[in-house]
This record gives sequence, structure tokens and C-alpha cells, in this order.
Amino acid sequence: MTTLAPVRRRRTPTPAAVADRSNGAKLFNRLCAVCVTLFALIWLVPLVWALITSLRSDGSITAKPTSPFAGGWSFHAYSYAWDNYPLGYWYLNSLVIATLAVLFTVTLCSMAGFALALLRFPGRNAVMALVVAGLMLPTEGLVLPQFIEYRSLHLLGTYWALVLPSVAAPVSVFVFHSFFRGIPTPLIEAARLDGASWWRVYRSVCLPISRPAVATVAILTFISSWNAFLWPLLVLSQTKSQTVPVGLASLVNPSNIQYAEVMASSVLGFLPLIAVFLVFQRQIVQGVATTGLK
Amino acid sequence: MTTIASERPAGRPAGRITLRTDRERAPRSERRAGLLLSSPFLIVYLLFMIGPLAVGVVVSFFNTTTVKSGLGGWVGLSNYRTVVQDSLFWSAMWHSVLFTLLTTPPLVVLALAFAVLASRVRRGTVFYRLAFFAPYVVPSSVVVLVFLWMYTPQVGLVPKLFSAVGLTSPDFIGSTSGGWTAVVLMTLWWTFGFNFVLYTAGIQDVPTEVYEAAAIDGASPWQQIRFLTVPLLSRTTSLVLILQILASLKVFDQIYLLLGGGPNQSTRPVIEYIYDTGFTSYRGGYGAAATMVYFVIIVAISAAWYALRHYRTAAAERADQRPAPRAERRTS
Repeated sequence: MTTLAPVRRRRTPTPAAVADRSNGAKLFNRLCAVCVTLFALIWLVPLVWALITSLRSDGSITAKPTSPFAGGWSFHAYSYAWDNYPLGYWYLNSLVIATLAVLFTVTLCSMAGFALALLRFPGRNAVMALVVAGLMLPTEGLVLPQFIEYRSLHLLGTYWALVLPSVAAPVSVFVFHSFFRGIPTPLIEAARLDGASWWRVYRSVCLPISRPAVATVAILTFISSWNAFLWPLLVLSQTKSQTVPVGLASLVNPSNIQYAEVMASSVLGFLPLIAVFLVFQRQIVQGVATTGLK
Repeated sequence: MTTIASERPAGRPAGRITLRTDRERAPRSERRAGLLLSSPFLIVYLLFMIGPLAVGVVVSFFNTTTVKSGLGGWVGLSNYRTVVQDSLFWSAMWHSVLFTLLTTPPLVVLALAFAVLASRVRRGTVFYRLAFFAPYVVPSSVVVLVFLWMYTPQVGLVPKLFSAVGLTSPDFIGSTSGGWTAVVLMTLWWTFGFNFVLYTAGIQDVPTEVYEAAAIDGASPWQQIRFLTVPLLSRTTSLVLILQILASLKVFDQIYLLLGGGPNQSTRPVIEYIYDTGFTSYRGGYGAAATMVYFVIIVAISAAWYALRHYRTAAAERADQRPAPRAERRTS
């Protein structure tokens, strides 16, 4: 409960509303609005520019690079990119891996978060200390020993190799832990008095109330799993079993002059994520704020 | 609660069913449930998070190669000796530090500035969020593809912009300084939104009464920002700073994809050095030793930050306690 407090606080008056009453504040706030909006428009340029380029033809791009309306628009680059790169396989792989990662992370981490927040059991403090210590480990630096370990377990090239590292990340346990701690004790006591087992308390009482925490962990796990680059690059080697980021990386080449086709592939690479972002933007922003500020 | 208590199963006296206040040993069912519910995560965590760490420590003492399985011969500390004496390792380490020095100040200052400005605007929250934060959810390889197109000589947007203001655009891919410029600009665009969101959340935690009081006292908006918002955000700032430093020291994707660590390995970060020794030269044991040296540096930085924060909070608590009796005396 405590973790998601900023959500509800958004309804309170902003500093802008309050400051309006003071000297010359209205003008100052207008100035702020102009500044931020200009900056935001500049920030959108790369995405918009990629979109515009993808809809033009290579010939007109080379002839008139900065006039987007020259040469007419077409979807040719998209059909070319779809036919020439195994984008469908990349999408499917990314989707399967991200979905499995979300399912396992939410299940295992919420169970552990529940136990650590509400139950007393031998070794609880040791587990908690281990999880806290894990927050400091820079996993990106551990790829080499990770690779050696996964190879000796014969997990390389399997989906498991990509799902397990996201489950083993302690941040998700933390989100659930702090959420479950906010659940009022009388609610749990009442369920226990009614004869519910601890599993039922977790499954039917606590998990349904903590939908915001589930959403946070699920969305952030999905995005980070979809966007992972270095580890999938090492683990999945054949072209068809690659994920979207690794597959698209093979198109990175400074001397590539098929501008429209490359930009069409980039747009296909960022569109699903922008769509996810637009649908869940509030939860994503809250999730980042809670996991970052913890 | 009484209604529920009356429905409790017969045979268990109400006085004994106290869950949280009980200081004694927890009931057996609770202990068993705790162990059962936490063990699946714990097994995965120990195997796949602590496991690689242990494997790394072990392998760093062996002459392991990444081409075939097995540990290889015992070499003791010689891998570490070679890492510490290797100038290529230290120059890669320096590139990661240089990247951190180049990206951290603008990423923190810009995020603070624009979060403060955006908090004074009433409408358009969703638009700012979209513009600033959407890049953060785009995969790194897509970011590189888009920026590579914008950096293309003659036809790209950035060289056009440079010539429009009368500057000759640097060679973004072929030269070291141009490469750093390209990577830093791209990273600014890509990751700025994360710090922006943290600052926005921090600003929302500042109570509005503070601003009301300041406005009544006649503080101008600029004075409010200068003397209220920024100082009240100091905790957020220290957090954003450490998260940014740790994130920048882990840089790999952008530099590897955009420049391949080139030209002539002059931009290769330390993770790419580890990647190269492990997966291009197949020196697993040596790469693991380099990992451990890098790892110690990162953990030392975060431990120092935790210690500093702990010390600061303790000092703040002591400072809070001191004026309290004085205030009491004045009121009585």
C-alpha cells in the first residue's frame, strides 16, 4: 500500500496551482510550459524522423534527405523488411520468452515476498539479507561466469536460459514484500480465523488486493526481458531463434544505405513497446518510481 | 472483527490466536508455509544469481577456456596478476569511467531541471511522459539504428544541423571524439526519462503547504525553486546520482552496437573487454578474473554510498532530536 502512495497524491493541487497566487507566477509558469514543451518536441524528433524515413523511398531520401514530402510515401519498405528478415520469428521468440519470464517472476517472487513479509519461519532473516545483498550485484558484469554455468547445465539455446535470470532478480521480491507489508493484519487474522490455510490467504486474500504490485512487476519484467541484449546475444546463436533486439542488431552497419528498409525494421522494433507504453504508461511510470526509490 | 471471531472454528480458544503480537516461536503451520512459499524463489536465486558469482570466483583461479567444458588447470592468482598489469583492461575501465563522467552530470541536471519545470505546468503530463520516457522502453539496438541514420554523413539530420549553425560536423563513427559525442548524445536521449520519472515522483512527495506558505511570504517562483524545491529534493538527487553512476559504469549495448568499441578500441568499455576476452579470445578464466576486479569496484562504490547514506540519516536523526527539548521549553 505504502509503495503506491504517489498515485493517489496526484490529485492534490500542483505547485503550479498554488504558486499562481503569488507575484508574477502566472507568467513564469507560462514560460515553463513553453520551455518543457519545446524540449519534449525535440525529444520526439528521433522517433518521428525514423517513422517518416520508413515511409519514403531510398532514391528520394538520398536525393533530398531533409525534405520529408519529396518523392511520395509508401509502405514498400515495410513489406521489404518483413520479407527479407525473419521478423516474425524474432517477434514470436521475444513474446514467448517475455511471457514466460512474467509468469514465473510474478508467481515465484510474490510467493517469496508474501512469506518474507507476513510469515515467521526459520532462516527468514538470512533469506532477507541475501536478497538485500543481491540488489547490489551488477548482473551485467556476471555474463561470463553465468555463461559457463549455463553451459555446464546444458541450458544454452533454451528458453530457460533467458527466463531464469529475470526470475532470480531480487527487485521483484522487494516490490511484493513492501506491498504485502502494507496489508492490514486484521484482514489476514480474520481469514486465518475462518480456517483458511496460509496458501489460501496468499492466493485468495493477498494476491487479489495486490493487483497494482502484480501489474508493476509484470510490466517491468516484460519490458526488461523484451529489451535484453547482451545475454540473449550470447545464449541464442541461430538467426531464427533470436529475439527482436538481437535480430535487429545484425542490421546495424554504418555503411548500410537502405535507409527506408532499416528504418522500417526499427519502427517495427519500437512500435510494440510504444503501444505497451501508451496502454500502461501510468503503471510503468509508477513502477519505475517505486523500484527506483526503494 | 467480532462477527468473524464468533465464526471461528470450535475448540480453539480466542486468546491463543494472535498472529503478529506473538513473540514466541511461530506455530508449525506458519513455519512450514514460510519455508514452502519462499523456497521456489530461493532455489532459483541461489542457483542462478549466487551460482554465477561462485562459479566466477572459482573459474578465476583456473586456466578455463570458453570453447570446451571443464575447468582446465589451476593457475592460482596468476589471472589476477595479468589483469592488474594489463593496460588494455585499465584503459577499458577508464572508458567506462569516462562515459560515466560524460553522461552523469547532464543526465542528473537536465532531469532535475525539466522535472521542476514540468511540475509547474498543469496540463500535458501524459504528453511529457510520452516524449521523455517512451525512449527508455525502446530496445538499444533500435535506438542505435535510428541514431545511426541520424548521424549518417551528408544525409543524416545531425550533420545537417551542425552545418546549419555553421559548424563542421565531427566524424561520428570514425573518430574517437566524434564517437564519444555520438554515444553520449544517444544515451542522453535514451535514458533521460528514467531520472525524469524519479524526480517527478520526488516532487510529488513535497507537501503543497510548503509552497503555499512560501507564496504567502511573497517568494517569487524562482525563489521557490531555488530555496525550496531543489533543497527538498536532495535525497532524491543523491539517489538519482548513485543509480546513474552504477548504470553508466555498466555501459555496453550502446558503445558495442554503435562503435564496436572502436575506432581502434579507443571507446571499448570494460564489459566489452570482458566479453571480448571471454567470447572472442575464449579465455574464460582470465575473463572471470577481470569480472571479479570490475565487480569489486562496483560493490565498493555502492557500499560506500550505503554507508554514507546511513551516516547522513543517523546524523539527521541526531540533529532532529536536539532542538526538540528546546521547542518544548519555549511553549511551556
